[in-house]
Amino acid sequence: MVTDIKKNRFYRLFASYFILIFMMVIIIYPLLWTVGASFNPGNSLISTSIIPDKPTLNHYKELFAGKESLQYGQWYMNSIKISVLTMIGTVISVSFTAYAFSRFRFAGRKNGLILFLLLQMIPQFSALIALFVLAQILGLMNSHWLLIFLYIGGQIPMCTYLMKGYIDSIPMSLDESARIDGASNTRIFFQIIMPLSRPMIAVVAMNGFIIPLADFVLASTILRTPESYTLPIGLYNLVNDVMGASYTTFAAGAILISIPIALVFVLLQKNFVSGLTAGGTKG
Amino acid sequence: MQHRTIASILSIIPGLGQFYNKQWVKGLVFLGLGISFFVAFKDLLNMGFWGILTLGTEVPRDNSVFLMAQGIIAILVTVLGLIVYYLNFRDAYRNGQLRDKNMRLNTLKEQYHNLVEQGYPYVVSGPSILILVFAVIFPILFSIGVAFTNYDLYHSPPANLVDWVGFDTFAKIFTVDIWRSTFFDVLGWTVIWTLVATTLQVGIGILMAVIVNQKEIRFKRLFRTVLVLPWAVPGFVTILIFAGLFNDSFGAINNDVLAFFGIDPIPWMTNAAWSKLALIMMQGWLGFPYIFLVTTGVLQSIPDDLYEAATIDGASIFAKFRHITMPMILLAIAPIIITQYTFNFNNFNIIYLFNGGGPAMPGSTAGGTDILVSWIYKLTMQSSQYSLAAALTILLSVFVIAIALWQFRRTNSFKEE
Repeated sequence: MVTDIKKNRFYRLFASYFILIFMMVIIIYPLLWTVGASFNPGNSLISTSIIPDKPTLNHYKELFAGKESLQYGQWYMNSIKISVLTMIGTVISVSFTAYAFSRFRFAGRKNGLILFLLLQMIPQFSALIALFVLAQILGLMNSHWLLIFLYIGGQIPMCTYLMKGYIDSIPMSLDESARIDGASNTRIFFQIIMPLSRPMIAVVAMNGFIIPLADFVLASTILRTPESYTLPIGLYNLVNDVMGASYTTFAAGAILISIPIALVFVLLQKNFVSGLTAGGTKG
Repeated sequence: MQHRTIASILSIIPGLGQFYNKQWVKGLVFLGLGISFFVAFKDLLNMGFWGILTLGTEVPRDNSVFLMAQGIIAILVTVLGLIVYYLNFRDAYRNGQLRDKNMRLNTLKEQYHNLVEQGYPYVVSGPSILILVFAVIFPILFSIGVAFTNYDLYHSPPANLVDWVGFDTFAKIFTVDIWRSTFFDVLGWTVIWTLVATTLQVGIGILMAVIVNQKEIRFKRLFRTVLVLPWAVPGFVTILIFAGLFNDSFGAINNDVLAFFGIDPIPWMTNAAWSKLALIMMQGWLGFPYIFLVTTGVLQSIPDDLYEAATIDGASIFAKFRHITMPMILLAIAPIIITQYTFNFNNFNIIYLFNGGGPAMPGSTAGGTDILVSWIYKLTMQSSQYSLAAALTILLSVFVIAIALWQFRRTNSFKEE
């Protein structure tokens, strides 16, 4: 009996470690392969190996060599600029709106909430045709500002909902006692609501930063000249222009963007997940 | 006649009702708003309504697309105007009612205070609503409009006019053979893709969380960090990396991995069935860490005494898993799982970045692995079939909204209000 349990336990642990190690290999292999490719001499991948015979930094240099079709530094700056501005814009507009919808009872409030709920279900994709046609006609092609404006608009319904749910959970009595002490609405917002909803602000800010950075659809609709590209468009074109021909250069570019982002994600994962589940269960 | 009736009737001209209630300043404000509305928007409304009804009559004077955009803005402005007009009625009626009951009306100062107090939420949320109207609502209305026209490559301004055609485009999706078969092919794959890929990623995520969370497993931190990596690396980067790995001729999967096991190269990119398999496996890889993270959080919150009690009752490992762990997990992360399904339904990036929805299928505008969103993207950007793309967008949105509404009715967010 006792040996039976021990045996079972052994098989269970053996299977567990086996699966874990198998998964680790599957996860690490593509990433390592990319690292290897970025140091491989030449453009083709046929002779690529994870540990190159003659490692070279040429592909990294090429990224910043300033070629017409490969303006990696420019794309990087564009992406950062768009992401940061979207993040700031989203946080400001979402937190004020959520405050209004959480703390005040006003005509149109309920309809507004239903509107947010509906709009967050409709993928922003459905506006693609309009954006494509109108941006062309209005001469707003390649405009980063238009893109930022669209990203902020796209975030408002869902993030406001999340944020409102969070502010709802902050006790009203805090506001009331502040109000008795003579604090104005705006002061209550900045000194009580904002500091207390920091975890949710972090989630909204993170969303605001990541979504533009990962977006391909809207950006590829509006940005058409290489100097206006964001990283997803730029890297996609780099891979697809001459299939495979500049794959090693792409690998170098991929690594320079992945490492900082992955670091932030791994370090902040706890906050990120707890915030999301808190918001998620609140609805 | 009662004051409230007279005040309301007079309000047909904005402000007169307030004058009747002797609220002069408020009346002037309403009157001013009314007059300036017509002065400022006269041309826009005139042009907009004519434009959206006819979509232009003469080439090259009229640009149908412009006219439609103007028309939609005119409608939005009109709705705004009607709301203010309604407020004007309501205010006159309310104050008339107060006078009927011989109650004192608010003084100017009180009105001002009320306005500041009640106006606060409008002031702080106004800018967001404005952004929302122009960045989201206006484009959606425009797309809906396009679905009911014949806007495509051959009917496109400025050389040609666009006309309203009602439900023709929708009808064509189901009656024109090539469109119908493409539509159902794409829809079928979209549904299979959504179900299989999402279930796979959720399954792997939960499994890995349960495995890592076993008491006896060591190096938990290391395992967790590695398992989270696919979530931490930007998705578009990993998809492009996989596009290289799976490449038929130079990809490492064919050349190194399969060759190592002595398996012949597989046409991942050029055979639709293999492409689909590759996509589903990739989504499993990309999507499981998020579920893994969330599930780990849930597992750590399940109290130990539940398991101890079960052990005392003689429950086996699997019985404990089935009756304690699984229900706890599913209960806690059900909403997240559902959002994963809707996310994959619209998961454009993976389909398009991997091989452009390919391989190309003869006689069809959709590739072998195109899901609805990527097909719509291609119709818009590559073949300029705007009205077809817009009609499909509407069908897709209706589908998504139906599912989402069903989900929201099951969760409690509506009851909270």
